[in-house]
Amino acid sequence: MVNSTSFAPWNDPHAKPLIQFKNVTKRFGAFVAIEDLTQDIFAQEFFALLGPSGCGKTTMMRMLAGFETPTQGQILIDGQDMANVPPNKRAVNMMFQSYALFPHLSVWENIAFGLKRDGKSKSEIETRVAEMLRLTRLEKFKSRKPHQISGGQRQRVALARSLAKGPKLLLLDEPLGALDKKLREETQFELMDIQEKTGTTFVIVTHDQEEAMTVASRVAVMDEGRIVQVDTPDKIYEEPNSVYVADFIGDVNLLRGQATARKDGSGDGGISIAWAMEQPDLIASNADQALTNKSVTLALRPEKVAISKERPPEDGPSGINALEGTVIDIGYLGNLSTYHVQLADGTMIKAQATNTRRVARRDISWEDTVWVSFTTTAGVVLEG
Amino acid sequence: MQRIVLIAVPYFWLVALFLVPFLIVLKISLSDPALAIPPYAPTLDLAAGWQGFLEFLRALDLDNFVFLTEDDLYWKAYWSSLKIAFTATFITLLVGYPIAYAMARSAPEWRPTLLMLVILPFWTSFLIRVYAWMGILSSEGVLNQALMWLGLISDPLTILNTNIAVYIGIVYTYLPFMILPIYSGLERMDDSLIEAAEDLGASKLGAFWLVTFPLSVQGVIAGCFLVFIPTIGEFVIPSLLGGSETLMIGKVLWEEFFNNRDWPVASAVAIILLLILVIPIILFQRNEQKAREADQ
Repeated sequence: MVNSTSFAPWNDPHAKPLIQFKNVTKRFGAFVAIEDLTQDIFAQEFFALLGPSGCGKTTMMRMLAGFETPTQGQILIDGQDMANVPPNKRAVNMMFQSYALFPHLSVWENIAFGLKRDGKSKSEIETRVAEMLRLTRLEKFKSRKPHQISGGQRQRVALARSLAKGPKLLLLDEPLGALDKKLREETQFELMDIQEKTGTTFVIVTHDQEEAMTVASRVAVMDEGRIVQVDTPDKIYEEPNSVYVADFIGDVNLLRGQATARKDGSGDGGISIAWAMEQPDLIASNADQALTNKSVTLALRPEKVAISKERPPEDGPSGINALEGTVIDIGYLGNLSTYHVQLADGTMIKAQATNTRRVARRDISWEDTVWVSFTTTAGVVLEG
Repeated sequence: MQRIVLIAVPYFWLVALFLVPFLIVLKISLSDPALAIPPYAPTLDLAAGWQGFLEFLRALDLDNFVFLTEDDLYWKAYWSSLKIAFTATFITLLVGYPIAYAMARSAPEWRPTLLMLVILPFWTSFLIRVYAWMGILSSEGVLNQALMWLGLISDPLTILNTNIAVYIGIVYTYLPFMILPIYSGLERMDDSLIEAAEDLGASKLGAFWLVTFPLSVQGVIAGCFLVFIPTIGEFVIPSLLGGSETLMIGKVLWEEFFNNRDWPVASAVAIILLLILVIPIILFQRNEQKAREADQ
């Protein structure tokens, strides 16, 4: 998010969280969906739960909505224990993955459904529904039935319906999964815009890391019922705390080796990693020397790896970590190209370069011998 | 050519097995009873030529229909049939809806078995099953013996040969026709719709009335017609389980035909019954049409 520098209640020890998971465990028979999970989510956050299917993210969301109850532990919303509060008594609304629009009701009636249940007066309902129709640009379609509108419009009806009651917390279950890529990207920004306008706390469940990174103020990466890392999107990407997170988010080169404290007399600190026979050790000046003698993994993003036909000068910034190899494959993405370079020992390294020149004038081609290089701070050294 | 053949097959079927028999019955209803074989006059004699045909037409009249309006037995029987069919349909709905609902909510691996159990009674003869009910409901029957053994009653209840037995018989017989269309509607329903309704503040009961029931109403209408239409003309159940007070048009028709050997009046009764049934049949077709359109 743009204002992530100013908006960071999770760094403020006095901030009162809106949602608190306290040692929550959820089992389905013998299967453990959520294991001893403790997590705070703050008001006005756009919080993303990201992970592969079966990691427990949907269970977490359904517990917030009240469709599942924790086997152990406590969930508090606004300080109130939610244990015995049924879904219809919670100031929480959910946008379903299937949208779950009522097929027998018009767009207008769908949006008004929750307001009518609250026993609001007719004029109040009229005003609020009109407001929601305007927010989601659906005025023209208010008397249509759900099967008479497009997928993108249905998605907006579902959003309008879940926002109509002005919930403290809005849950979004894979909200953009059914849309095509272009519409999805547009809608992501629309969602962020609406979230900012309404000031509602959003918790979104997704398996699409790009989506999570785009919309969220914080991303929780989940694996097998646990949250592995919670951080802002840039930190998740730049400073993953484990090989799992580094590997799950984006594209990454993982080079496993043995760490030793750096003793090249430069005084820069960091470690050197012995990782393959007949390959020079890799230098990571940003790594903690406490990792010495441990097996480590250097996680290196492809866009931080440079590719060139000549060996970069030894005294240059990326001359220290330079490896020779052959171009096996070039993935052309339009604006970028990803080069798959095979080293002498068989390791594949992915390097990404911006296509500043037209493809026809590109000087690196298949089978070329090239050098891949990166600075001593380009990668992240992770234990394991 | 292929198209014409394809369309011709069902039309031929309908003409040969529905239209022609209907015209024969209509013709008999316009005839007069006679001591002859067949027991009505006139009969069409093609050998008499054109003159004979005109003669034949002149002999047809509406006397039997006039007769139906004069004797109050007939309109009472029609009215009573309608009442019994209406009440029985309503009871079948009350019994069938919860069963269909439970089936649709059961674990998916159980559904084929439950469906099988609903259809299973059709594997034995309908007549035998009605006779079995006589065995259950008679004063020395299984039900009375069980109740007396439990000490709930001291004297046997009179159920057989009353309208109650007729209702039991109809509900039992036509229950699958009610369950199946409702079940198929409920089973297709997305469970998240109920969750969405609850999420938006509806109670469990509210979610049922605002979402589940409206979405199953097509099935309810279809089921009601499938029970109502055959029940009006039902003959076997009232004659075997009902008593003297049970007045249904199917039974009247049977008596006219076999006891009085008055084929023309019996035919007139059948024609009027058909006219009464045309209305719910058209409504049923329209409901089906609407359901198909909603599916698209």
